[in-house]
Amino acid sequence: MNFSLSRATLVAEADLVGIAGERAVCDRRGVLYFPDLRLLAVSDLHLEKGSSFARRGALIPPYDTGATLLQLQSVITDYQPRIVVSLGDSFHDGGGAERMHQSFREQLEAMMAARDWFWVAGNHDPDAPADLPGDTVKELAIGSLVFRHEPSKIRIEGEISGHLHPCARIVQRGRSVRRRCFAADGGRMIMPAFGAYTGSLNVLDRAYAGLFRLETLVAYMLGAERIFAISGSMLRPG
Amino acid sequence: MTEQPRLAEENAAVLLPEPFVRWFAAKGWSPRAHQLDLLAKARAGQSVLLIAPTGAGKTLAGFLPSLTELANRPKRKPGQAHRGIHTLYISPLKALAVDIERNLGKPVEEIGLPLTIETRTGDTPSHKRQRQKLAPPDILLTTPEQLALLIASNDAKRFFEDLRYVVLDELHSLVISKRGHLLALGLARLRAFVPDLQTIGLSATVAEPDELRRWLVEQNQPEGSKSPDMAGLITVVGGAKPDISILDSQERVPWSGHSARYAIPEIYEAIRKHRTTLLFVNTRSQAELLFQELWRANEDSLPIALHHGSLDVGQRRRVEKAMADNALRAIVATSTLDLGIDWGDVDLVVHVGAPKGASRLAQRIGRANHRMDEPSKAILIPANRFEVLECRAALDANYLGAQDTPPLIKGALDVLSQHVLGVACGGPFDADLLFEEVRRAAPYAGLDRETFDRVIDFVATGGYALRNYERYARIRRNKDGLWRISHPSVAQQYRLNVGTIVEMPELNVRYVRQGRGMAGRGGPVLGKIEEYFAETLRPGDNFLFAGKVLRFEGIRENECVVSNGAGANIIVPSYAGGKFPLSTYLAEQVRGMLADSDRWKLLPEQVADWLRIQEDKSVLPKRGELLVETFPRGNRHYMVAYPFEGRLAHQTLGMLLTRRLERAHARPLGFVATDYSLAVWALDDMAALFKARKPSLGQLFDEDMLGDDLEDWLNESWMLKRTFRTCAVIAGLIEKRFPGQEKSGRQVTVSADLIYDVLRSHEPDHILLQATRTDASAGLLDVSRLGEMLSRVRGRIMHKHLDQISPLAVPVMLEIGKESVNGGANDTLLMEAADLVEEAMGRS
Repeated sequence: MNFSLSRATLVAEADLVGIAGERAVCDRRGVLYFPDLRLLAVSDLHLEKGSSFARRGALIPPYDTGATLLQLQSVITDYQPRIVVSLGDSFHDGGGAERMHQSFREQLEAMMAARDWFWVAGNHDPDAPADLPGDTVKELAIGSLVFRHEPSKIRIEGEISGHLHPCARIVQRGRSVRRRCFAADGGRMIMPAFGAYTGSLNVLDRAYAGLFRLETLVAYMLGAERIFAISGSMLRPG
Repeated sequence: MTEQPRLAEENAAVLLPEPFVRWFAAKGWSPRAHQLDLLAKARAGQSVLLIAPTGAGKTLAGFLPSLTELANRPKRKPGQAHRGIHTLYISPLKALAVDIERNLGKPVEEIGLPLTIETRTGDTPSHKRQRQKLAPPDILLTTPEQLALLIASNDAKRFFEDLRYVVLDELHSLVISKRGHLLALGLARLRAFVPDLQTIGLSATVAEPDELRRWLVEQNQPEGSKSPDMAGLITVVGGAKPDISILDSQERVPWSGHSARYAIPEIYEAIRKHRTTLLFVNTRSQAELLFQELWRANEDSLPIALHHGSLDVGQRRRVEKAMADNALRAIVATSTLDLGIDWGDVDLVVHVGAPKGASRLAQRIGRANHRMDEPSKAILIPANRFEVLECRAALDANYLGAQDTPPLIKGALDVLSQHVLGVACGGPFDADLLFEEVRRAAPYAGLDRETFDRVIDFVATGGYALRNYERYARIRRNKDGLWRISHPSVAQQYRLNVGTIVEMPELNVRYVRQGRGMAGRGGPVLGKIEEYFAETLRPGDNFLFAGKVLRFEGIRENECVVSNGAGANIIVPSYAGGKFPLSTYLAEQVRGMLADSDRWKLLPEQVADWLRIQEDKSVLPKRGELLVETFPRGNRHYMVAYPFEGRLAHQTLGMLLTRRLERAHARPLGFVATDYSLAVWALDDMAALFKARKPSLGQLFDEDMLGDDLEDWLNESWMLKRTFRTCAVIAGLIEKRFPGQEKSGRQVTVSADLIYDVLRSHEPDHILLQATRTDASAGLLDVSRLGEMLSRVRGRIMHKHLDQISPLAVPVMLEIGKESVNGGANDTLLMEAADLVEEAMGRS
């Protein structure tokens, strides 16, 4: 392996999570990195969500795209992946890529240069983003892994998906802490939403019914400095 | 009043139309001097502020100018166009409007006046609203929000063109909030329609009547204007002095806590000895607890009821009706009953816990008796020893007639944004003219043009430096120079979001039969509970609500499902709202009382004794001094300060002190604040640090903490996020969440917290963040009060190092562990949870 020092420290052996035999790092910023494949997965960027709301009269600050890209830039700089998979809902709506400010478009294109980039189609953005490089796919199989937007009803081992925006909640010493999380049971994983304006849905909500083997469910909750692995039995709904 | 009856009669004959004179005579009454005085002033074209205690016939006085004028008005001939509203009555409470309709209807009918009176509130059905638009009543009774809606409709000008009077009830309570700002802007708009409009303000006694007098009339009038910039003033002095006492309990008064459980037998005795007792508490949690305890003691099964803002409306109305029918012996209530609604025959007010303000105490006691010439009777029940001092101070103030209503604050910019959009919904506007109009409203009299233009920019496109939203503008300036809404949907959106009351996210409490668990359906809704409290519950937990012990079953969409509960470990809901901080005036009085041992004679012996022992073991601060004690305990070091500036200011101080102590490597672990004092604990010896001047105590408490330290902390504070959410909803940036709307955090909404984070890092000077900081400084943080305190005690901090805890420190030390310290540390909790897992799995 030929990791630079900074990358090596980011990938400590103990932090690796197993999914269908592959090993991955759940990064506290909400991305998944497979060191053996040099593959970075990110889900639900929801770029241009701000302007999508503005179109309908809610003039929320137009800085979400910039904030999301800045964060994406920082993980790409840290891991220097060979392959990037954006797991769908990369844009909040079909017109998002067109509305994107020129400076943001340039920033995104610079990140995409010199690496393979896959746009997995999502329900918000079923078509290829306008005028952007990268391959648009319905789903993507690499090794024993399958990347898709929505988790499939019929269980596929090795499936990495997004769409549901998982978060988890614990109560400790009478106080409630809720965070975005990676939800995984050893066989499949649902990734947290990455976008600056994306909300989240508790992994115990009925929308997740039947997706996980509850006895091995772990929520990898995003902390300010690290990830916290919390077993399913500790989690609270709501 | 001292006026001769004969004179009053003559005045009456001149001022009152004949049917009114006959009506008064038939009732065996004569009009009161202030009623006639107000009528005379109104006839002369003046706006008037009437300050009077409850029971002085305030409502009738307020309406006399309208009623007498309407009595003489020629009848509308068939075929003639409908006339507009003659008089607009605005009250802070829907219930109050309904109450007035009933109370006013009676004399109007008896005198035989040919006029119509109607209410218009959020509950008014839409067909009735439609009809009111076509055929307006002569007198319309409504709320500030409804006025805003009426102004935002395109026929507003016609609707209001005949308006003569606006009567503003409970003005003292309206003006101190953002609702008051919205109302002031509404009034300015009405004056633009009808320049010679007159206002009549009805108010309880306030500290600065002139502020209210200015509020009632136009400010910044054009040069050469002859109209005064203050309304006329009529003050009715209170009748008999109230008979207030502090419970001199046979039991031991506890050191800390707010339950007053020790006094339950004595309170129950008092209820038995009176016809109807009104029991006031400061928070909803206290109301639940007191109610529970009283029923435990209620051997005679007296009808005792509970009333607070979280209960289901239906249940509240039933309690109110029972009260009016004199069917209750006692009612436990929070501030929902503060305002001037006419209740039954209350002959005793019991105030449990300290009243926190002298004016608040006076207004609450005023509830007890609606005949102003008889003394009201009240008992104060301090819940702990410091509250004994506070009750004593409040009681002295009440006898002196001292007032401590808060000063008015400048008009909020989020409210102004809402108003600007509302004006645009009503029709095109000219920015120059609107600026002048807005500055005529007292809260906005000092508004500068640049800020106003930024507000317009915000309303139009969000006002962002990144000018991305021009094509989505909500209002646009056309070639004629006038601003117009860009699409009718903007007006629709505005109507759904009007108002300034933003509730904390709440869940309905839904009752199901026991044993059915989450599958149970269809039981009654008992009321609402704040979401963040419900989230800390575990299925099977028992908690107190609506006077019942409930078992938490779970959360289903926007409902908190409960069944019958029982058991010993009952949790009392904690609510974010409803806690008043100690008023500046009372704080000053309490400090004075501590410093003056002569006044301890008035205190119960056990409390005076406590102060004597403090003097013996430590020291009592002199007037104007700040006492700071340090002492070791266990393996920690404590610092207790006694500023007496209220819990909010102390919390802010605690946050800032711990930051500074951290930088001084004192390794602080936490702090806890009460209304009176503040305790900080640390691993290192803080007294040694002060001695070595690293830093000195004076440096630690230096005012410069309100600079960068405050700024740093603010930016991460949950309080600022909560305040931002309120401002964003009022300003129309994000939409209100309506009850019944399904909670689906994912794609449908963007949470205010996320918007806050993004906006703060990209445009920290945005006008909405500016409004948020202003609000937080005045509200949740009480920064101004903290600043005044720090500057007052500069060079006058008295440090006392002790070997052990002092008597005065006991109350705050007992709070440690009871109240959690809000702020950071969430990751620590996650770490604990993660470690538990590792431990269980045997991985470490």
